[in-house]
Parts: sequence; structure tokens; C-alpha cells
Amino acid sequence: MYGKGRIIPALILFLGLMTTPIWYKSGDVSKMPKPEKPKDYTECVAPVQYMRTSHMVLLNEWRDDILREGGTRVGKTANGTEYVRSLQNGCMKCHSDKKKFCDTCHIYASVKPYCWDCHLQPKEAM
Amino acid sequence: MRIMSPLIAVLALVLLALVAAQGPGGQALVGIILPYLAFAVFLGGVVSRVVNWSSSPVPFRIPTTCGQANSLPWIKQNKLDCPSTKAGVIGRMLLEVLLFRSLFRNTKAEMHEGPKLVYGSSKFLWLFALLFHYCFLVIILRHLRLFMDPIPSFVAALEFGDGFMQIGLPVFYQTDAIFLGALAFLFLRRVMLTNIRYISLPADYFPLFLIMGIAITGILMRYFLRVDVVAIKQLTLGLATLSPPAITGQIGTIFFVHIFLVCALLIYFPFSKLMHLAGVFMSPTRNMINNSRMVRHINPWNDPKIKPHSYASYEDEFREFMVGADIPVEKELPAQPAEEDAAKVAE
Repeated sequence: MYGKGRIIPALILFLGLMTTPIWYKSGDVSKMPKPEKPKDYTECVAPVQYMRTSHMVLLNEWRDDILREGGTRVGKTANGTEYVRSLQNGCMKCHSDKKKFCDTCHIYASVKPYCWDCHLQPKEAM
Repeated sequence: MRIMSPLIAVLALVLLALVAAQGPGGQALVGIILPYLAFAVFLGGVVSRVVNWSSSPVPFRIPTTCGQANSLPWIKQNKLDCPSTKAGVIGRMLLEVLLFRSLFRNTKAEMHEGPKLVYGSSKFLWLFALLFHYCFLVIILRHLRLFMDPIPSFVAALEFGDGFMQIGLPVFYQTDAIFLGALAFLFLRRVMLTNIRYISLPADYFPLFLIMGIAITGILMRYFLRVDVVAIKQLTLGLATLSPPAITGQIGTIFFVHIFLVCALLIYFPFSKLMHLAGVFMSPTRNMINNSRMVRHINPWNDPKIKPHSYASYEDEFREFMVGADIPVEKELPAQPAEEDAAKVAE
């Protein structure tokens, strides 16, 4: 092998960079984010799996429908419970604690939604 | 046909992943076992290719001289394109690796009426190659959010910059679009330009299709089909910390297609032209100092018992025979003995 003095350190650097996530001290891996669920309500506006993957799409749909198309503020769940289609007055009515609900998963997955650029942040988070 | 077989191969990989993702056993295979296998093949393959390359000696200075070499003091040297110092080579390599300088010199040749051959500058390949590679880098670094916890701040900064336009939800990443556009250019270039199409092989199309497949499944996963990111991060973080969890079945099928194609790319990587990742650093035409007129380079396997034999001493040794065979010599045979011979004959 020629050029050992340069190639071996370069290979070690390469392997080190590639395996960064392995030796990076990730915290407790088994610790999943546990968003606090509201105690008084058992049903959300859509099935749980849909809310997990697509709640942001739903919020965008509400915004477009209400602000741009003049849609209604009132929505109904599958069981017929009425709710307000609104982030602050709807979602946050049940999921009142942003830190314990929204932020748990968003921080875990490094998602920084820009809801609160315009909307008033709930007091707990201030 | 050279374009169809790689396309079919990539589609077959997608199909295979779709089938495997149907059962929990297949999901564990694609989501846990295959990534480890692929990563090991990738690391081992790259290292062994580099070690293999480095076992070839490069005894002579063979840098490509793209400018004026170091010469007389009043002739200006091109220090980057014909470097005679270590610093010059480092500068040349940095520009090559970070900015693809030799691709910047890409030219095109066109035949015009006359017939007249015309050469022109062609910067599009350089531009799109640069966009492609940097977008790929940003995309890979962005993915670190799934493999690290807590997430390093530079990853968050990259995500913020990449989603700066705040289009749609989930926020649209500019690199996704630029990446696909650059890939499309690199592909169309091979298809549309007849001379490039002529020299394109399945090994050129396959990585393009495979990377396109990875990009498209990733885009589908983020913007259209949408998956449970928290469940995926649980799996990927488990992979990264060597403690993979049991797959719960809440992860969408599209994720398994995506990770399957990524694994295929990792396995294919060390055995393909994609090894230019390491090759660019090892190319002797770029990383050697052009100092063969200042430093004597000795071939490492030369037998020390064999002494240098200059032309002058060679001629001294064989002059008689050379003259006899009418080979021109620099120094003629001494005239004296010839006259003595003639005198002897006369006697």
C-alpha cells in the first residue's frame, strides 16, 4: 500500500463521519414522545392515525376553507360531536398545553411549525 | 435497450420492496436487517476499493498540466493549474472537490456548414452537476434529524434555510425540487444528445434511475402519502444506536420502498462509478505536484544494484558496434587506430 500516511487517516475520517449517528450520544432511545391527551374528551376530529400523519394538512384545509372560501366554523366528528374549526379555539380547547402536547413530537422530529408566527401562543408556553 | 434494462431493474426493486412491506417479517427484513447489511457493504466496499487503489504505485509524476509550468523567473506560472508546491496542489484539489473545476472547463464540439468544426464553452453540465451534488449533500444532512437525538443545531439550521419559502404544510424543501430538476437534466442530457447517448451504458442510467426512485419515494412520503414521522424516527434512531425496536406496523408502505432503494444504492455504490466519491481524492492527475524538474523521483521498485547508465557511457560501451551498423554516434571512433591498421595492411 502506497501513501499510507495520507490514505489511512482519510479512511478513518470517512468511517468516523459515516458512523456519526452511532457514536453520537443519543439520549434514551426507548423514550418515545408521549403527548398529553385531554382528559375530558375521548374523540378527536379525525381518526388518530390520520391526525398523526396529516394534522398539518387539516389545519391548512380549515384555513383555506374558512378564510378564502367563506366556509363554516362548525365541524362534526364521526360520532356527531360539534367542534370549532380553529387552532386556538378548537384544537387548543382540548389540547390546551402546547408544551405537553404539540412540542413533544415536534421537538423529537425537529419540526418547527410556523403556526405561532401569527397565532397567539397559549400562555403556558410563553 | 441500454436504457430499458436499468429502468426495469429499478422498477423490479420497487416491486420487491412493495411485496416485502406487506408482512411483518418482510418489514423487519427491509427495515432492520437490510439497512445494517447495506451499510456494512457500503463501508467495507469503499474501504477495500480505496485500499486496492492505493496498492497501485504511481512512480512517475503524471499531473495534468492545464497551465504554464514553473519555469524561468520572468515567465508567470499558473500556480493552480500546474502546481509545483504542496499549497498549489491543495488549492487545486479543494477547487476540484468543492467546485468541480475540471468540469467547468467542459467544452462542446459542433459541426457547422462548411464543414466547419466549432468548439464552445458548455457550462450547463457543470452547473447542474454542482446543484445535484450539493442538494444531495443537504438532503443527506437533513436526514440526520432521524438518526440523532437531540438534533444538532446545524441540522435544524439547514432545515430552516431549506424550507425558507414556507410553502405548504409540511413545509416544502427547495432542495427537493432542485435535486429532481438536476437529475432530470443529467438524465435528459444522456438521452437527447446523440453523442452522449452513444457512449451511455446501463451503468450510467441505473444510478440515475435509482436516485430518482429514492427522491420520488421521499417526496411522496413527505408531501403526498405522509407517514407517521415519530414512528419512523423510533425505528431509525434505534438503527443508529444499534438497538432497533420491533416494527409496530404503523409505518406506511412507502417508507419501506424508500429505505429499500436507499439500501440498494448503498450496496451498489462501492462497485460502481459512484466511487468517484473517493476517486476524486485519489486521482494522480490532480493530486500530484508537478516538480519533476526540481526533485528526482526514484521508482520504488528499482533494483539498487543496477546503476544509472547514461547515454554517454552507453555510447562509450557500444561505439564500435554502432559505427559498424551505421548508427550515428555523437563521438566518432578515434581516428588513430584506424590509420595504424591501414599501415599494417600496407606492410
